[in-house]
Amino acid sequence: MAKLRQCAIYGKGGIGKSTTTQNLVAALAEQGHKVMIVGCDPKADSTRLILHAKAQNSIMQMASDAGSVEDLELEDVLKVGYKDIKCVESGGPEPGVGCAGRGVITAINFLEEEGAYTDDLNFVFYDVLGDVVCGGFAMPIRENKAQEIYIVCSGEMMAMYAANNIAKGIVKYANSGSVRLAGLICNSRQCAREDELIMELARKLGTTMIHFVPRDNVVQRAEIRRMTVIEYEPTAKQADEYRDLARKINENKNFIIPTPITMDELEDLLMEFGVMEEVDESIVGKTAAAEA
Amino acid sequence: MAAMTREETEALIQEVLEVYPEKAQKDRAKHLAVNDTSLEKANKCITSNRKSLPGVMTIRGCAYAGSKGVVWGPIKDMIHISHGPVGCGQYSRAGRRNYYVGTTGVNTFGTMNFTSDFKENDIVFGGDKKLAKIMLEIEQLFPLNKGISVQSECPIGLIGDDIEAVSKKAAKETGKPVVPVRCEGFRGVSQSLGHHIANDAIRDWVLENRDGDNSFETTPYDVAVIGDYNIGGDAWASRTLLEEMGLRVVAQWSGDGTIAEIEKTPKVKLNLIHCYRSMNYIARHMEEKYSIPWIEYNFFGPTKIAESLRKIAALFDEKIQAGAEKVIARYTSEYEAVIAKYKPRLEGKRVMLYIGGLRPRHVIGAYEDLGMEVVGTGYEFAHNDDYDRTIKEMGNATLLYDDVTGYEFEEFVKRVQPDLVGSGVKEKYIFQKMGVPFRQMHSWDYSGPYHGYDGFAIFARDMDMTINNPCWKNIKAPWKTETAQNEAVKAVA
Repeated sequence: MAKLRQCAIYGKGGIGKSTTTQNLVAALAEQGHKVMIVGCDPKADSTRLILHAKAQNSIMQMASDAGSVEDLELEDVLKVGYKDIKCVESGGPEPGVGCAGRGVITAINFLEEEGAYTDDLNFVFYDVLGDVVCGGFAMPIRENKAQEIYIVCSGEMMAMYAANNIAKGIVKYANSGSVRLAGLICNSRQCAREDELIMELARKLGTTMIHFVPRDNVVQRAEIRRMTVIEYEPTAKQADEYRDLARKINENKNFIIPTPITMDELEDLLMEFGVMEEVDESIVGKTAAAEA
Repeated sequence: MAAMTREETEALIQEVLEVYPEKAQKDRAKHLAVNDTSLEKANKCITSNRKSLPGVMTIRGCAYAGSKGVVWGPIKDMIHISHGPVGCGQYSRAGRRNYYVGTTGVNTFGTMNFTSDFKENDIVFGGDKKLAKIMLEIEQLFPLNKGISVQSECPIGLIGDDIEAVSKKAAKETGKPVVPVRCEGFRGVSQSLGHHIANDAIRDWVLENRDGDNSFETTPYDVAVIGDYNIGGDAWASRTLLEEMGLRVVAQWSGDGTIAEIEKTPKVKLNLIHCYRSMNYIARHMEEKYSIPWIEYNFFGPTKIAESLRKIAALFDEKIQAGAEKVIARYTSEYEAVIAKYKPRLEGKRVMLYIGGLRPRHVIGAYEDLGMEVVGTGYEFAHNDDYDRTIKEMGNATLLYDDVTGYEFEEFVKRVQPDLVGSGVKEKYIFQKMGVPFRQMHSWDYSGPYHGYDGFAIFARDMDMTINNPCWKNIKAPWKTETAQNEAVKAVA
């Protein structure tokens, strides 16, 4: 049996992490791998396409209903979906109360203690909330958890800012443990020269763009049916894209400590590709009235 | 051992500092000083109210301790919820010996522990709903409570619970004061910030409750006792003296105190401050807002008591001034008898103190009344204004140590060789094992009261039975005495 590979997917909020992860995982499962998804987001929407469900009952919600997390059994929270993919959601509070980060920590500790990481698994994927706002959301990349990190991004400015910031976060944990950046996944927004731009960003970060996922409406059509493209329309061209991504990740050996770039370097890159205009220093801080 | 000279004391400080790494040495040097009574301001010689260094075994507490343990906890007819995990409230429960009159669990709640007992779920989902439920249950189970305070433990500040909203809602439902206190333990450098936060909470949530309500009939002789926590009955021994001189004590803050007394305090004519450190804030506020003057007083030992009674009386009319003289005269034969009995047994004995808010300077007079000398003193959480007040009380060239470390305190005691050390329970057994007589000066070592003339008699007896206890003669193992060792040498030979 091959060693279990644990991967975490990070990226700017709304970039398509959950959709990409679930399609990728479906493709891996189709190729015969045993996979588990751990959703690390209070919204608990990381497994719906696999389970055909609205939102899976989360560990924290069920712990709250049962009284405490000690009252839960693994089978209460672990659901099996498409192609035997195992699904769990950490869950957490509604926005504005409590501590969602602690929810992730509690949930992952629970999975470890209850033996969710079984020997037959080939992959575990952590789908993490967009912004690593506190230590809780870094839990998946701490010692003995995910060793590979994939950042989902696009050619949009803020997505690239976020990717670079996440790379900074990885450096901290890479130096103290075994976590490595394993590549960028470009989830296309159909910007001009997007593939070249992300490849260049990847090069600067010391990694590669592992795959360019084009935009295709079939993803949305499948999503409305709470399904992955792999399951909804296996013959679609987009399904092959996810299979390609799955194959590349399975064969990936390029794990590195990233070399995040400075703000200036990033802005130069964006200007080079026309995503951002050169800043005219003479207009900074001037109101419309002052300029007139 | 003769008194140390300024040079000797300075050399001692240097010697103790030498073992520290450079950075720690630089920091700690600012907190250790040789007293100089000619100074007006303490900041010339000592730094205080700074963050403790890691690893030095500081004796300090936290903001929660300052609010729940000191200021709010003794208010007997309120229920104080330790909001957070169970330990903070349970392991400090009833430890401070704030005596009170009442039926615990019915109309008073001083020695009970109420907590929201946080678990993982409460951290993740927030504790607001649980807090609201606790308040409801309190109303059902303890209907005679006169209000609730929420004492925040650390997690509350991290997860952003809206305890203010929960408190306001509960107050509206019950018609009783419900006071949220943001005294999370990680705030500030010691319990001192907790006192301040607790004072501010009283100011913002309680003090105005009876503004405009003149149903309480006042007299020209109304005073409030502020900063007496009635440890071992201290406030009672103080209150009788004030009443005997003709004053009316309207409120006790907060030992054996009630929320109604606190609410009525803005109606008094004078605030009397015993523990300046923990309650000067509210006294200053009442001075500003209600034009109530305040003075500090000291009820430890007959000299300071007489001084204080006269100082207080001077702010009232001749009737009170005559009353003060009458009180002093009435107790003179009593305290003279105490001194006559104990002074011969305690004369010349040297004391080192390390305590909390007011005692490092306030008890000096009581020791001096017994012919003893305080040769070193220090505070856990004082500010510079406390040291300003200490300089004049201590002798020249005596030791001052702020936020003393475990190591420094031991070394100072080894070198100065006092006849008595007065400090807290964590220090007690270290010094007793070193063979140094020790009194626990936070809770009076299960004794008290020490305030007032009645307290002085107990104070004198306690110091005598500690210092002159025959056990100290037997502290050395028989085989370690000089004669035993000489005999052993002979036997071998």
